[in-house]
Amino acid sequence: MRFILDIARSPGGTFALVAVALVCLAALAAPLVAPHAPNAIAPVDRLLGPSLEHLFGTDHLGRDLLSRLVYGSRVALGIAFSVISISLTAGVALGVTAALSPRAVDLLIVGLFDVVTSFPSIVLALALVAVFGPGLGNVVLMVSIVFIPHFGRVARAQTLALRNSTFIEAEVVLGAERWRIILHHVIPNIIGPIFVLACMDIPVVITIEAGLSFLGLGVRPPLASWGNLLNDGYTYLDQSIWPALSSGLALMVATLGFSLLGETLRDTLDPKLRKAL
Amino acid sequence: MLSRAFLYTHLAFKLAMALLAVAGSVVLLLALIRMIPGDPATVILGSRATPGAVAALNARIGLDKPLGWQTADFFMSLARGDLGADVFNGRPVSGLIVAALPNTMALAVSAMLIAVLSGVALALLSAKNPGGRGDRAIAFLSVGFISTPSFVVSVFLLMTLSVTLGWFPVLGAGRDGDFVDQLWHLALPTVALSVGWIGYVARLLRSSLLETLGENHIRTLNAYGVSQTKIFVKYALRPAILPTVAVLGMGFGELLGGAVFTEVIFNRPGLGSLIYDAIRTRNYPVVQGCVFVVVLLYVLTNLLADLLQTFLDPRERSRLIANSRGR
Repeated sequence: MRFILDIARSPGGTFALVAVALVCLAALAAPLVAPHAPNAIAPVDRLLGPSLEHLFGTDHLGRDLLSRLVYGSRVALGIAFSVISISLTAGVALGVTAALSPRAVDLLIVGLFDVVTSFPSIVLALALVAVFGPGLGNVVLMVSIVFIPHFGRVARAQTLALRNSTFIEAEVVLGAERWRIILHHVIPNIIGPIFVLACMDIPVVITIEAGLSFLGLGVRPPLASWGNLLNDGYTYLDQSIWPALSSGLALMVATLGFSLLGETLRDTLDPKLRKAL
Repeated sequence: MLSRAFLYTHLAFKLAMALLAVAGSVVLLLALIRMIPGDPATVILGSRATPGAVAALNARIGLDKPLGWQTADFFMSLARGDLGADVFNGRPVSGLIVAALPNTMALAVSAMLIAVLSGVALALLSAKNPGGRGDRAIAFLSVGFISTPSFVVSVFLLMTLSVTLGWFPVLGAGRDGDFVDQLWHLALPTVALSVGWIGYVARLLRSSLLETLGENHIRTLNAYGVSQTKIFVKYALRPAILPTVAVLGMGFGELLGGAVFTEVIFNRPGLGSLIYDAIRTRNYPVVQGCVFVVVLLYVLTNLLADLLQTFLDPRERSRLIANSRGR
């Protein structure tokens, strides 16, 4: 509780907490919060402006925009959390392995990270989707690959710094097994900055997913993703601004909220990290 | 003094590492295309294609050979300036890229220029009175700029300035040969693409400016009564901008990636829209060629920024010398 109060002390932190709480609440309680079914089509009501019945208006098929945005938060957060969990786990595993392995293995893993990061992230995601095709599962997997080196590099650097410390040496001398040292001593010591990094990567993942969906290469319609909604809005921009405006604002609030939360978290947890990340 | 021979070795080493990364990415790219469920030729031609046509197309893309061969082939053809051919109309991919690249370069370079100019201005304003109201406002603005996706900015700009107010042209790159018209068409995409990097530059530069301003030589200059403006621009900005230069190298490549969105949204011809169209039609040789060029540019601009930093910063140079003696 005190921790949350610490975050809420700055105006940015307060905004972050409110925005993130709003998005998480919408995602968790979507069926309760959404006033209409997200995929209920009503051609008569197409492209309406805001009214009491439809607070944010309707899209080109007469679907209620607010409900679609609420359900879209499920897609955005679901994909963001899945991607971060997969890439964090794989990245930490690879990074720690690299740091504690013979030089050849280390070089191989670092080389793989270098190859993956020699693509601009969105271009790699596009190339991967080009190969494996769009769809929810593929998007999660492809974007995870893009983010593995992020976590891997930090995990490797942190483990290298830790490798020669006295308490690890003591464990080795005491005859502790390798996996025990890794699980009980290395990982708990390196995980702090990695969690902060994870929090700061959430808005980036949300952006990439929405971007892929915007291009029609991510989540498939009729599933409501903010990227799909923005694309619909873009297509019908000359007839109504509401679909584009509302989905764009939803994306902005979510990404800004998570970015500010990540930064406040970093500053609150460890001011020293300010330079490292 | 930095010995010339050492400098060349350093340069060659960096270049070799960069080219190795590019080679690795080519192998990855070619391996990926092999992993397509089914095989690429069937995907391109559809399930009703004759086995003969499928085999012929596979051979044309080079999929009938092992990965090692295919990679070697790719680089051999590359040396001749050949990046393969469009699956549908047989036009050389290199020609498509040469036609598209200037548009994307114009977009990326102008976006970078705007990002640097506005970012530096914001950073100077913010570092002038750290912790003050202006500084906090700029800090919030910077995070807002960084976290807003460029495609949202693009759609919003299009919505307000083009569709509603009609101040800017809606789509396209402008008439050929009409420079003013082309510039007019470039304005909104450039702003949309640069917004995130304005925030980045502003924040990064602010923190390194504050660090530099706390150093002894600045205190001495203050004691001598040198004017604040002169201290800021001449003595603080120069060393403080170096870390930003390194990030800009990376930024240029990311801008090329971001150009996919801006070009698709504003319907501009360029590398980004070329990649997009190729992906949608599963035109693998074009995807392969374009992605290769983007990766090459990305790695090279990173390298350039890295080297530039070494040459601009005397401290980096002396660290290099120290390292060379330590070897």
